[in-house]
Amino acid sequence: MNNSSMFKRFSIGILLVWLSVFVLLPNLMIIVTSFLTRDDANLISLTFTLDNYVRLFDPLYFKVLTHSVYMASIATFICLIIGYPFAYTISQLPKKIRPILLFLIIVPFWTNSLIRTYGIKVLLAKKGLLNALLLNLHIIDEPLRMMYTEFAVIFALVYILLPFMILPLYSSIEKIDKSLIEAAKDLGASKFTTFLKVELPLTLPGIIAGMLLVFLPAMGMFYIADLVGGAKNLLIGNTIKTQFLNIRDWPFGSAASITLTVFMAGLLFFYYKVGKSIKNRGNNA
Amino acid sequence: MLNKNQNSIIRLANAKKSFDNKVIINDLTLDIYDGEFVTILGPSGCGKTTVLRVLAGLETLDSGDIYLDDKCITQVPAEKRNTNTVFQGYALFPHMTVFENIAFGLRMQKIPEPEIKQRVNEMLAIVKLTDFKDRQPAQLSGGQQQRVAIARAVVNQPKVLLLDESLSALDYKLRKEMQNELKMLQRKLNITFIFVTHDQEEALTMSDRIIVMNNGSVEQIGTPREIYETPTNLFVAKFIGEINIFPAVIDSHIDEDKYLANVHGCQYTISTDLTLEKNQSVNILLRPEDLRIKELDDKATSVQITGHIIERNYKGMTLDSVIRLDSGERVQISEFFDEDDPDFDHSLGQKVAVSWVESWEVILTNE
Repeated sequence: MNNSSMFKRFSIGILLVWLSVFVLLPNLMIIVTSFLTRDDANLISLTFTLDNYVRLFDPLYFKVLTHSVYMASIATFICLIIGYPFAYTISQLPKKIRPILLFLIIVPFWTNSLIRTYGIKVLLAKKGLLNALLLNLHIIDEPLRMMYTEFAVIFALVYILLPFMILPLYSSIEKIDKSLIEAAKDLGASKFTTFLKVELPLTLPGIIAGMLLVFLPAMGMFYIADLVGGAKNLLIGNTIKTQFLNIRDWPFGSAASITLTVFMAGLLFFYYKVGKSIKNRGNNA
Repeated sequence: MLNKNQNSIIRLANAKKSFDNKVIINDLTLDIYDGEFVTILGPSGCGKTTVLRVLAGLETLDSGDIYLDDKCITQVPAEKRNTNTVFQGYALFPHMTVFENIAFGLRMQKIPEPEIKQRVNEMLAIVKLTDFKDRQPAQLSGGQQQRVAIARAVVNQPKVLLLDESLSALDYKLRKEMQNELKMLQRKLNITFIFVTHDQEEALTMSDRIIVMNNGSVEQIGTPREIYETPTNLFVAKFIGEINIFPAVIDSHIDEDKYLANVHGCQYTISTDLTLEKNQSVNILLRPEDLRIKELDDKATSVQITGHIIERNYKGMTLDSVIRLDSGERVQISEFFDEDDPDFDHSLGQKVAVSWVESWEVILTNE
């Protein structure tokens, strides 16, 4: 056996061990836990039950789920509306400026998102910056209540997740062959028609990727709902966190967590299928 | 084919264009006539593609004007011009079928759907792609993609079809086929074709007229025959085909258009329309197939230029040799095989005398 194949086996081995110990095992534990029963003294008792999954359809939790999907969807949609023109504009700028702008989009990641969420609190508070600005401009007469509303959660989600929309969109817009746009123009298409008939369909994979990258994490960002959402605007992430840390119902928390994972996996599978069919149309029979 | 009385369909007047202070088109004025197949030929970077893009409306001129059918279209944007382009990389829409690609321009014109269907189907038949109409471009071969690109442009019945290096991506055999198909298509549709290429052979084969460009300016405009046989300057002479250039000095004027010239110490009679002075330096241009050689004994002397064969290549139809003249210059010569002489060949190192068929030479003064 030569050195390079030794190295190959070694590195694959490390990877396998790592994934088994830190990904596969914990997930298996959660799956197993989700079928067990809660026990006040020992957290879990080894009694099989499906009750945890049945309880998810309890109107109380189901409402949290739908409201959570609703808020994440709105946030995703807003990210798309803001992100597309943003990414499009960057792709039209001179090549020298583009990396600088992309860099600036990534800079906020250097600050912990928890701290940035506190920043939003400062911005949206009753005596916060936004109210002060609106009052000074005489747009409003008395401060608006923005904190602990649905608006605050969506605002924070959009703020935190927007880069995840812009980056995949930028990469797919930037990839479009400029001669296709010239061809459309040459064949009599206006700028708007060219966008609608050529650019938009060709950036569809980027749009779907961006939407998934925003929507999936949005459902789980419990600390955002905790800090700016108040009691009424919970995300699925909050339910899971509460079950584990506050109510100490690990089996139910596990069931909720698994359900969320399966839901996300479903969306990713859908993305994979769409991506494949687009590619297929481009490649072979 | 060429008829100077024909209407000019495209006229460029004093066109100028620069990018980043680099002049790309330098005060270009030219006319292209209705129904002709014109090739713009030049080395890469000579501005030929920019001329095409200016005509398409994809680039704007810094100054000067463009006329299409005597109407000034300098300010008309690409989408409103009655010209269509076949792009270098075809630029087919990858997310549309062949049919949708070809129908795109007609849909932009808001032509009723039944008519679109009919016209696209007719076009598909002309380019022999009827069976492929539901395919995606990526499922087609290079030659098929090429035909879709042509069909997509031609179906709009443009006044002028612009083709940008359109055959360069195809292999040799397919390129030859497409050259013929393009010519046939052009005759059938009677649309003016403006074809940009750096391939001189392609230009000679296909064009009614060739515009030779270099450094943003026109070097010569003429029929393929004029360009090949009577280049008006050294650039055109060297760019198109192989050429031998003999520097010469005029000894005396014989009569009318005949002069006696001294080439490397030997005297030759040359004919030219130019008016030349005694002792003036000129260049005598000769194609390899216009030269003649005669084998000499090593000790023989000749009134003609002499040299030795240093290379010979069998080319099927011709025997191509390289001769080093006694003055040190190299000369290329190409001789057609003589049916009556099956042993026709030269050996390396053979001493030869070089001459040419009188009056086949082209004389250019030193610019």
